[in-house]
Amino acid sequence: MSARDREVEHDTHLDLLSWLLRQMIRIRRFEEKCAELYSATKIRGFLHLCIGEEAVAVGVVGALDAHDAIVSTYREHGHALARGVPMESIMAEMFGRATGCSGGRGGSMHLFDASRRFYGGNAIVAGGLPVAVGLALADHLTGDKAVTACLFGDGAFAEGEFHESANLAALWHLPVLFCCENNRYAMGTALAREHAETDLTARAAAYGMVAWSVDGMDVLAVREATDRALAYVRSSGQPCFLELRTYRFRSHSMYDPDRYRDKAEIEHWKQSDPIPALASRLVSEGLMTAAEVEEWLAEIESEVATEIDEAVAVAEAAPLEPVEDLTRFVTTAAGDPVRRTS
Amino acid sequence: MTITDTPTASTPTNRRLTTSKAMVEAIAQEMDRDPSVVYLGEDVGAYGGIFSSTTGLLDRFGPTRIIDTPISETAFIGLGIGAAVEGMRPIVELMFADFMGVCLDQIYNHMAKIHFESGGNVAVPMVLTCAVGGGYSDGAQHSQCLWGTFAHLPGMKVVVPSNPADAKGLMTAAIRDDSPVVYMFHKGVMGLPWMAKNARSIGDVPDGEHVVPIGRAAVARAGTDVTIVTVSLSVHHALDVAEKLSGEGIDAEVIDLRSLVPLDREAILASVAKTGRLVVVDEDYLSFGMSGEVVATVVEHDPTVLKAPVQRVAVPDVPIPYAHVLEYAVLPRPERIEAAVRRVVAG
Ligand SMILES: Cc1ncc(C[n+]2csc(CCOP(=O)(O)OP(=O)(O)O)c2C)c(N)n1
Ligand SMILES: [Mg+2]
Repeated sequence: MSARDREVEHDTHLDLLSWLLRQMIRIRRFEEKCAELYSATKIRGFLHLCIGEEAVAVGVVGALDAHDAIVSTYREHGHALARGVPMESIMAEMFGRATGCSGGRGGSMHLFDASRRFYGGNAIVAGGLPVAVGLALADHLTGDKAVTACLFGDGAFAEGEFHESANLAALWHLPVLFCCENNRYAMGTALAREHAETDLTARAAAYGMVAWSVDGMDVLAVREATDRALAYVRSSGQPCFLELRTYRFRSHSMYDPDRYRDKAEIEHWKQSDPIPALASRLVSEGLMTAAEVEEWLAEIESEVATEIDEAVAVAEAAPLEPVEDLTRFVTTAAGDPVRRTS
Repeated sequence: MTITDTPTASTPTNRRLTTSKAMVEAIAQEMDRDPSVVYLGEDVGAYGGIFSSTTGLLDRFGPTRIIDTPISETAFIGLGIGAAVEGMRPIVELMFADFMGVCLDQIYNHMAKIHFESGGNVAVPMVLTCAVGGGYSDGAQHSQCLWGTFAHLPGMKVVVPSNPADAKGLMTAAIRDDSPVVYMFHKGVMGLPWMAKNARSIGDVPDGEHVVPIGRAAVARAGTDVTIVTVSLSVHHALDVAEKLSGEGIDAEVIDLRSLVPLDREAILASVAKTGRLVVVDEDYLSFGMSGEVVATVVEHDPTVLKAPVQRVAVPDVPIPYAHVLEYAVLPRPERIEAAVRRVVAG
């Protein structure tokens, strides 16, 4: 068995840590490349990076089973990559190619992959939450043990759509895992300027849900909390709320001059960068020597760089959707490749 | 004070401003003049609005009048309605027209109906502003115009400025209007540093008080052969096409409606009576919208004025795609406008 396969199987604690680390690095480097391609105007529109928040993407999404469902936001590259949506198809989507995971129609904010139950990619703040409750309802009614994880921000918590969804999921005992990525800002507005009560976990609990807050910069803490939450949702059939306390290192989107945050605050949070934190943990837990970690990191970096280069090359060479096919998928036609529950 | 009917009117005190600066200037002047004017929305304070719709206003008027809101559109639009009912003149910013879905109840069941339902007892003198339009690959949930939807629902005026002078004059008029006014600015006409440069997004703007009456179209370019009726960014494209075709002896008249509600039907009829040929350009969806309304205005009045079948250039009824080529294929780009003008002139 190769090192990669072992990572996927998570046979040992080390395998799990390896997988988490590799995925965080993949996401970080992928997004750095996207920023570069954006400056080169290969990628257009709005581009929201999750750099700094990778531990949430990898910790939550990696804990899900293949048949669980995910609903995400416009800051979803990390979620999609961690879910196993092929990097090539994501990059092709960023390039607006026909081979992209949304056929070039969606773009960065609308990544979809029904075969992996990855249901977007939603650019309306909190807009994905009612949909997630609906996915959970369908699973519940068909006796499926699947859980629907929905990811959203602290800003989304101020929308009625969150509150209505939380109440319904709790009222009807639906298997939803609400994952609030609390990065302390909604665009330029700090948490305390969007919420009278900033303890989001306490407010979620008021809906009659189990709710925990987790250090979202610690990928293992996120993973363990998610494992526990999923076990609870599956056994109880009740929703659960996780508040993942995290921070974005970059601006809200590529256009944002980021004048509303203190540079010292950003630097402070960078001290808890989840990637080096996990790497040093391998050493402190005695799983690897510092030299081994370094060597192994170099290996991952080079593999990831190759994967990214290939994804870019493939995307660049991929065909565009023909203009004649513009009206395809406006409504569902008989030949459309729709995934159906059997 | 200047009251102008045409965007080209100029006075010696004119300065050249971007559309966003002109809009901000109108808001600031009205806030100086009337303490009941306040502005609220997401990141409109320190951030200055992501489309520079409020740049500098927080410093001038402070956080009690330039108010940042949480992402709670239903609540803060409804709150604007309540404040307006009490006699204030709030300007409420919905960041993108696309987000109307979250808060449409407050907009069309409350803002737009209270005056009527109350038998005229209660007025809602508020302005709802929002950014519209595509062309920069922002995808299906951030690129729509949707003015036809607002215009379809009775009870609100709908203004759509295309240039800096009108942006100022229509904003002043909107704030002073006793009805709810939806003020829709296209991202492509604001003169934003991060959007594609558009030469006409900077223009002469009258100093001091400047009012453009709501409901009067402007003849953006006079011509005799064909009438192009449009609004917003498409006015600029239509003018470019008209310039180009004038070299070939096709003399197009460009009508900038400036507002959908009220619709200046007289201006449309007068122009088409003169040219006998009509092209309607609309960046909103084709069916059940502005373009059909303009055509109906003409044919209900007198179909015999038309010397050729009319042409409509609008977004075919598909969501706005991300991919650049697909997006440009659905938008009313100059090439599509030009082809339509040629067809109607040949027809
Ligand atoms: C309904 C709606 N309102 C406003 C916006 C504009 N907008 C996009 S992202 C954003 C901030 C969201 O903050 P948060 O939920 O904390 O997520 P984060 O971006 O921090 O990940 C806003 C206001 C939107 N897309 N949809
Ligand atoms: Mg946030």
